[in-house]
Amino acid sequence: MSASLIMFLVFIAITLGITYWASKRSAGASAYFAAGRQVKSWQNGVAVAGDYMSAASFLGIAGIIAFQGYDGFMFSVGWLVAYLTVLLVIAEPLRNAGKYTMADVLAYRLKPRPVRAMASLSTLTVSTFYMIAQMVGAGALVALLLKDSGIKYSHAVIGVGILMIVYVVFGGMIATTWVQIIKAILLMAGTLLLSILVLAHFHFSFAAFFDAIGHVTYHDKGTEVVKDFLTPGLRYKPPYGPLDLISLGLALIFGTAGLPHILVRFYTVPDARTARHSVVWAMALIGSFYIMTTFLGFGAATIVGRDFISTHGGTNMSAPLLAQAMAGDIFFAFICAIAFATILAVVAGLTISASTSFAHDFWTNVIHKGEERKPGEEVRVARISAFIVGAVAMAIAIILGPTANVAFLVALAFAVAASANLPVIVLSIFWRRFNTAGAVTGLAIGLLASIGLILISPSLMAVDPPTVTGTARHLIQAKAIFPLENPGILSIPLGFLGAIIGTLVSNEPSSAHRFNELLVRSNTGLGAEKASAKH
Amino acid sequence: MPDDVQKPDQTGQTIWDRVAESHEFKDLMATKKIFIVPAFIFFLVYYFLLPVLVGYAPQFMAQKIWGNVNLAYLFALSQFFMAWIIAGLYVRASDDFDEISKDIIDKAVNDKEFRGSK
Repeated sequence: MSASLIMFLVFIAITLGITYWASKRSAGASAYFAAGRQVKSWQNGVAVAGDYMSAASFLGIAGIIAFQGYDGFMFSVGWLVAYLTVLLVIAEPLRNAGKYTMADVLAYRLKPRPVRAMASLSTLTVSTFYMIAQMVGAGALVALLLKDSGIKYSHAVIGVGILMIVYVVFGGMIATTWVQIIKAILLMAGTLLLSILVLAHFHFSFAAFFDAIGHVTYHDKGTEVVKDFLTPGLRYKPPYGPLDLISLGLALIFGTAGLPHILVRFYTVPDARTARHSVVWAMALIGSFYIMTTFLGFGAATIVGRDFISTHGGTNMSAPLLAQAMAGDIFFAFICAIAFATILAVVAGLTISASTSFAHDFWTNVIHKGEERKPGEEVRVARISAFIVGAVAMAIAIILGPTANVAFLVALAFAVAASANLPVIVLSIFWRRFNTAGAVTGLAIGLLASIGLILISPSLMAVDPPTVTGTARHLIQAKAIFPLENPGILSIPLGFLGAIIGTLVSNEPSSAHRFNELLVRSNTGLGAEKASAKH
Repeated sequence: MPDDVQKPDQTGQTIWDRVAESHEFKDLMATKKIFIVPAFIFFLVYYFLLPVLVGYAPQFMAQKIWGNVNLAYLFALSQFFMAWIIAGLYVRASDDFDEISKDIIDKAVNDKEFRGSK
C-alpha cells in the first residue's frame, strides 16, 4: 500500500469520526443547516478558507504559475482581494436579515415564491457546475496519485462522491464545518512547509530565488527557450488578453460575494459582529496562502521545470511534483493527501449549500408556501436532495471522463454568482424602489448571459486538431464568437441592467413599503436569528 | 420575531418605519457610509489598476525594482497588504457601528408596542 493511500485513509477515518460525532448534534433545522449558529469567529474564518480554496487554487494556480509565470499570480491576487466585497458589503447584512440561504434576504420585501424559485435555480446551477469541475479534477488527481494501487478514475469519483454525501447527509453543517477546518489547517501547513523548503533550496536568499525566476528554461516544440517568468503577458496576450484579465477580475471581485456555498457559512455564527471577524480570519489565511503560491508556482517552474511536469501528469501536478523533488515520496504523499482533503471539503460545502437551497427555498417556500407539513420535513428533504445532487454530479463526472475540458465551469460559476446573485442581493439591500420583477429578470438575465457568453467563448468554441478526441474536444468546432474566456465584463452589467429595467417597468408599492424593515434588520441586527442554546 | 410586530399603528407606521426614521438610525447609516463608501471605491480603483496596468502598460510594469523583482510583482504583492489594511481599518471603525446598533436595538425592544406584541 502506498504512503498516499495510507494518508488518504487516515484523513477519511478522522472525517468519518467527526461526521458520526456531528450526526448526534444535527437534530433540528438550525443545527443541520447552520450548525446551531454557534460557530466561533476563528472557526468560521478557517472554515470559509477551507470552503473557498479549491483544487483550482492549490493545484491549478501553482500549475498556471509554473507554466505561465506572473499571469498565474494575477489569479492569486483576485481570489483574496474579492473578500473585501464580502466584508464591506455582504456578510453582515446577510447574517442579520437571513436564515439559511441568500434568498431569505430577498424574500423579506419581495414576493417570496418567484424570487425564491429563481434564486434556488441560480444556486443549484452555480453549485452543480462548480461541483462537476471539482469532481472531474478529483477523479483525475486521485487516479493519477493512486495508479499503483489499481484505483481508476471512476472509482475515485465514486469514492469522493460517497464521502461528500455521507458528510452532508449525516453530519450536516457541523460535519461540513469541521471537515473544512481540518482541510484548511492541513493546506496551510503543507503550503508553508513547501514554501520553506523552496526557500531553503535557494539558501534562504530571496535574491537568488527571484534571479532563478528571471531565466526559466524549458523546451517548446523541441527548441530550448529561456524566459523571465516574472514578466507579465505569458498567458494573457494581446489583442484580447488584457480585457480578459479585467473581466476575470470583475468576476472574482463580484462573484465571490455571490457564491452560495460561501454565503451559507455566515449563517453559522451567532451574530453579524462574529460574521465580520470571521471574514477577517478568512482573509488572513487566504491571503497568506495566495502569497505562498509564489513559492509553489515559481518553485515548480525553477526547480522541477516545465519539461518534467509535462511528462509526469501535467500542469496540475506541479505542486505535488515540487514536494517530491524537495523532500521525497512521503512528502509527495502528504501533499497529495492535502489535495484530496481540499477537494472533499469544497464539494461538501457545495453539496450542503445546494441541498439547503432546494429544501428551504424551493420545497418549503415555493411548493408548500412556507409551511412545513411535518416537523423535520425540511431537513429530511435536504438530506434527500444532498444525495441526489451528489449522485447527479458523480454521474456527470463519470460520463465526461478524466480528460474532459471542464476548467471553464469554475469561470462559469463565478460569472453566474457575479452576474445573477450579486446584483439582486445588492439592489435588494440598497435600493428602495427594487421589486420582484426586477429580482426575477436580474437573476434570469444574469444566469442566461453568463451561460450564453461562455457557450460562444473560446472555452467551448475552438477548432481542435484531429489528435484531440472525445470530451477533451471543444463542444463547438468553430472560431469563438465572444473572444474572452471570462464573460463578467459583459454579463455583470447585463445582470444589473436586467434587474434595474425589470424594476422600472413594474410597480410594487409593498416592496418599497417594506424596505424599511430590511434596511433596519440588515444594518442593526434587530430581530436577527439567534444562536440555539445548545446542540 | 412574531409577524404581528409588522402591524402598523394609527399613523400607518410599523416599528421598522419608526426605527428607520429615528435619529440614531440615521446616525448609524451616516457613520457606516463615511467609512464603507470611500473604502470600497478605493479598493476597486486600486485593484483594477493592476490588470489595467499589466494589460496595457506591460513595459512599464516589467521594469526591475530590486534585483530581478519587477514593478508588476511588487504591485501585485501590495494588493494583499491593501486588502489586509482595509479589513483591519474596517474592523476598528465597526466598533462604532456596533455601539450605535446596540442602542437602537435596546430602544426598539423596550418600545411599548414591540414588547406588547411579543
